[in-house]
Amino acid sequence: MIPVQCYFVLSALLFFIGVFGFITRRNLIAMLISVELILNAVDINFAAFNRILYPDSMEGMFMTLFSIGVSAAESAVAIAIIINVYRNFKSDSVDSIKNMKW
Amino acid sequence: MANMIMFCILAVVILGSAIMCVTTTRIMRAATFMLFVLFGVAGLYFLLDYTYLGAAQISVYAGGVTMIYVFAIQLVSKRTLQGLTERMKGSRVVWGGLLTLVGCATVILVLLKNQFLMSGLTTPDVEVPMKSVGEALVGSGKYQYVLAFEFISLFLLACIIGGLVVSRKEEEK
Repeated sequence: MIPVQCYFVLSALLFFIGVFGFITRRNLIAMLISVELILNAVDINFAAFNRILYPDSMEGMFMTLFSIGVSAAESAVAIAIIINVYRNFKSDSVDSIKNMKW
Repeated sequence: MANMIMFCILAVVILGSAIMCVTTTRIMRAATFMLFVLFGVAGLYFLLDYTYLGAAQISVYAGGVTMIYVFAIQLVSKRTLQGLTERMKGSRVVWGGLLTLVGCATVILVLLKNQFLMSGLTTPDVEVPMKSVGEALVGSGKYQYVLAFEFISLFLLACIIGGLVVSRKEEEK
């Protein structure tokens, strides 16, 4: 059986790789991809907590399931906004957005 | 033991792909490496015997979200396939790396010092039966989630309509 600490170390590393990408990248889509990495790290934590510490209940599993659904909706809206930004500013870098209203 | 070996392989795949994903300058490659990360996380769910969760991860994340990303990259920039590259400032990488290392060390220390985690049970390697998953998902009793399920479906619908409204072309006046 895999000790629970392995999952936590893995998800902490994945989380901070995502944070590093979010800080250093300046492309809108690359930042969104980093956010997806962070969300996945949190999902691993939910599932591992539920399975290894409380194997009889299913709360963490459903939290992960709903988190997957929410992140799908979030990325759809974010992609729509990015396409609109690119259409208006002709650039996909965050530094190009100076006004919210064009 | 076999589980441990599988976990090590998955961990190497996830962490390697994630590092490549945030350090590569080409956006298309970043999306491809994100796909590998998502498959690795789905493998972790299968390893935890959450088969339904792994299937949902593959079909929603790896199938749906990644497709949205690839379409967006193709729509946003014609130059992407020839390698849309992005400058990375040295100072920002240094500061970001420093902040990341400090945060990561803090979190891992707190997690490993926590005695609460040591009480982990040895779980039997049994799959969570699909019947109990389905009953908990659409039941309305205690510890059942039909309200959250319906809310998520309404939320998805609202987000898709919102995405369409935001991304439609404005008519010329």
